[in-house]
Amino acid sequence: MNWEIVIGLEIHAQLSTQSKLFSGAPVLFGAEANTQTTLVDLGMPGALPVFNKEALRMAVMFGHAVNAEIGMTSVFARKNYFYPDLPKGYQTSQMDDPIVGIGHLDVTLDDGTTSRIGITRAHLEEDAGKSLHEDFHGMTGIDLNRSSTPLLEIVSEPDIRSAKEAVAYVKMIHSIVTYLGICDGNMAEGSMRCDVNISLRPKGQKEYGTRTEIKNVNSFRFIEKAIYTEVERQADILEDGGRITQETRLYDPEKDETRSMRSKEDANDYRYFPCPDLLPVVLTQEYVDQIKATLPELPTSKAARFMSEYKLSKYDAGVLSSTRPMADYFEVVNKAAGDTKLSANWVMGELSKLLNQNQADIKDSPVDAHNLGLLLARIKDNTINGKTAKDILLNMWNGEGSADEIIDKKGLKQVTDTGAIETMIKEIIDANPTQVDQFRASEADKQKKMMGFFMGKIMKASQGKANPGVVTPILMTLLKG
Amino acid sequence: MLEQNISSLIKKLRKKEITSVELTQSYLTKIQELNPSLNSFITVCSESALAAAKQADAAIDAGTAGPLAGIPIAHKDLFCTQGTLTTCASKMLSNFIAPYESTVTARLEQAGAIMLGKTNMDEFAMGSSNENSHYGLVKNPWNLNQVPGGSSGGSAVAVAAGMAVATTGTDTGGSIRQPASFCGITGLKPTYGRVSRFGMIAYASSLDQAGPMARSAEDCAHLMNAIAGFDPQDSTSAEVDTEDYLADLNKPLDGLTIGLPKEYFGEGLDSGVADAIMQAVKEFESLGATIKDISLPNLKLSIPAYYVIAPSEASSNLSRFDGVRYGHRCEDPKDLLDMYTRSRAEGFSKEVQKRIMVGTYALSEGYYDAYYLKAQRIRRLIKQDFVKALNEVDVIMGPVAPTTAFSIGSKTDDPVAMYLEDIYTLSVNLAGIPAMSVPAGFSNGMPVGLQIMGNYFAESKLLNIAHQFQQNTDWHLQTPSMEKGA
Repeated sequence: MNWEIVIGLEIHAQLSTQSKLFSGAPVLFGAEANTQTTLVDLGMPGALPVFNKEALRMAVMFGHAVNAEIGMTSVFARKNYFYPDLPKGYQTSQMDDPIVGIGHLDVTLDDGTTSRIGITRAHLEEDAGKSLHEDFHGMTGIDLNRSSTPLLEIVSEPDIRSAKEAVAYVKMIHSIVTYLGICDGNMAEGSMRCDVNISLRPKGQKEYGTRTEIKNVNSFRFIEKAIYTEVERQADILEDGGRITQETRLYDPEKDETRSMRSKEDANDYRYFPCPDLLPVVLTQEYVDQIKATLPELPTSKAARFMSEYKLSKYDAGVLSSTRPMADYFEVVNKAAGDTKLSANWVMGELSKLLNQNQADIKDSPVDAHNLGLLLARIKDNTINGKTAKDILLNMWNGEGSADEIIDKKGLKQVTDTGAIETMIKEIIDANPTQVDQFRASEADKQKKMMGFFMGKIMKASQGKANPGVVTPILMTLLKG
Repeated sequence: MLEQNISSLIKKLRKKEITSVELTQSYLTKIQELNPSLNSFITVCSESALAAAKQADAAIDAGTAGPLAGIPIAHKDLFCTQGTLTTCASKMLSNFIAPYESTVTARLEQAGAIMLGKTNMDEFAMGSSNENSHYGLVKNPWNLNQVPGGSSGGSAVAVAAGMAVATTGTDTGGSIRQPASFCGITGLKPTYGRVSRFGMIAYASSLDQAGPMARSAEDCAHLMNAIAGFDPQDSTSAEVDTEDYLADLNKPLDGLTIGLPKEYFGEGLDSGVADAIMQAVKEFESLGATIKDISLPNLKLSIPAYYVIAPSEASSNLSRFDGVRYGHRCEDPKDLLDMYTRSRAEGFSKEVQKRIMVGTYALSEGYYDAYYLKAQRIRRLIKQDFVKALNEVDVIMGPVAPTTAFSIGSKTDDPVAMYLEDIYTLSVNLAGIPAMSVPAGFSNGMPVGLQIMGNYFAESKLLNIAHQFQQNTDWHLQTPSMEKGA
């Protein structure tokens, strides 16, 4: 049968606040166990939560970014269940009145098609602690550092129809939250986690099939693979005339399979009710508007601007606007270089290559954007050629100074003196009679290819300093004799 | 020396007629003498109290003393007090030394008050008789066969029997006012949000409120000056300016309008209690007040609404007592579930378990609308009743409880009769308004408390009215003779 895939996603984005959602404890990854806690995070008797206003601001920013209704009155609710790393016996979350209501996001796939994904809601909630099962001699250790860390849970409508679309949506959310500066987007450290709801239905059927939920998938690649695997599993069952059990499953990337965690029957009754320790959060229109006014340019509009303002291709604009540090870097380079195409090529090419080789982030690039721009400006004004520039970039990467300093120090300024270049070319033509004869006997388009041989010799002789723009016409004239 | 009020004690301390060490020692001696029969204290802090008294004397000498410097008081054992056992009268917390100080106790310490110890109570503030304590029941000093009321029974008895100048209590459904009434002392439940709940072990967060228990309205005002006010650590505390609660005590009552709700004087009210209350009302008339009959039509709904909302919140608030981080943990748990179920079954009394189960049920999927949401709707109706009534009158008066203190054991097997004890007090917590219990006479030798209920943040007015009454009556000066019933 021809199955249609139906996917809805719940993304947990950890907000980059200084302190926790309901306490003044700092939010630090990797600190010694139970050192980043206060009475509130430890669930001490009599301790009371105080809502972090910074988390509120971040949630409202996100709401604006996904064209959502902002909950002018939102209410914290308690989700009650027992677990050793849940110190209060309940998680403070939002249920009936979330801070962010219905919104949407337009997602563009690699093939250029765009689809609109509905966002059901986004709500604030606190994270639980961590249970540690190793090194405790049969007992369990509890680390409450993560307890009460602020999370924004972003729930999509079941509007996603393929694994590729799911990944594009998650990447888009990732890009938005990092653009807004409300989440560091570090999936390996768990700053962004994803629950994937999947069901299948025969193409054309209106009703949804029974869904399963794959919990805590934490990379773009695993999201895609987990969906493929689960879709295949469900399709096999349905093809055999079986039924899907509504349940929570876990994706095992090593075995590339999903496993049942618990079925619906085992699910907790969370007994949600409004948290009596926290007042409803009531916003003024002024506050909401003020946040909207200070919203940074978001990836979609930035890409559109790159295309119209810099005449970049859709692909280049997409790559250069994919993260805010990348976009900011590109714009600084471009300003200093004064050549958009050159800037785009170098940021996406040489610089990205170096960053990848060194596993460095563009934010931490040893060559800052302005200096890279100045280097490119030297290509543009014919002081150096591209090949020399690549060598200089390496020198700059190693901290040997600015482009101009390196050009001066190493005497790399390219030769544009026509007389000197002509002499050099003549010497090379005289030294390679066989190749010159071959050249002269060839067709025009073949000749073009053979130019490379002479170009190489000239560059070698000039130690790369000969300006290709000056060399080419002279070389052509002399070769043709 | 032990029967004096805070104002005169402050004067004597400042004039060096007595020292705080002497005063504190005399109260400690009284505790030593009476506590074995009354069981009012769970913890007595003799050493730290005397050390603090010594510091208070030094501060008085140095002229750096706070307003309550050297005054010995005691705290209900649900306020966290750093480094001191804080049990909530539960086996669950019988080993819990609080690692921090509650706002209420910190502010009193800041004002210079001396903490004599921690008082007995109904476990987790769940009860109206103080018979439900891991540390044993508390006895009423007016008659040792009778209960002191609850849940702040230990605090009421400590004041009534002269074991502390004043005490702190908490009131979720009447837990300050009812024991104050039963023990013949003065107690104030402030407006919800007037006093910080930070460091108060929660029973029902939307109803809990701390307040003073003392011999007189004036003494309560002294304590209110220390404890009232916004606390950034409690999101539900009100950002409303505080007053000097001593300032208006002597305002005359001319022109005061008092509402008497007919629902407070109907079936179930003991005739001796009714007589005492009407006598007190007459006294107010003679002081210039006008009496008006009013109605609070939804009063009878306050019991079912309260017994859904309070247990619902409690079932969640008490989830943190799971044996994982602190408190009682069962021996040799065989797995996680066993640890949870046995630790909680052993650590909580039957009454606490019952309320946790009722609350868990009321919040369950499929029942939430029928119970919790409906109770919240009733709560709004009750609030509207009070708001409407308090537009017509300045204050509302009635009895605190339908009877005087009852015999120990007489209601323990009849939970409904026990819950009915709170019929006149619960609605005040549901509405969030302030109310006082003021000694207003005796019925069959046991004290009767007059309840005065006022508008939001009208604590100053309530204290003024109670003080004027106490200037013209001497019910609050009566003290039990401990020989009675012993």
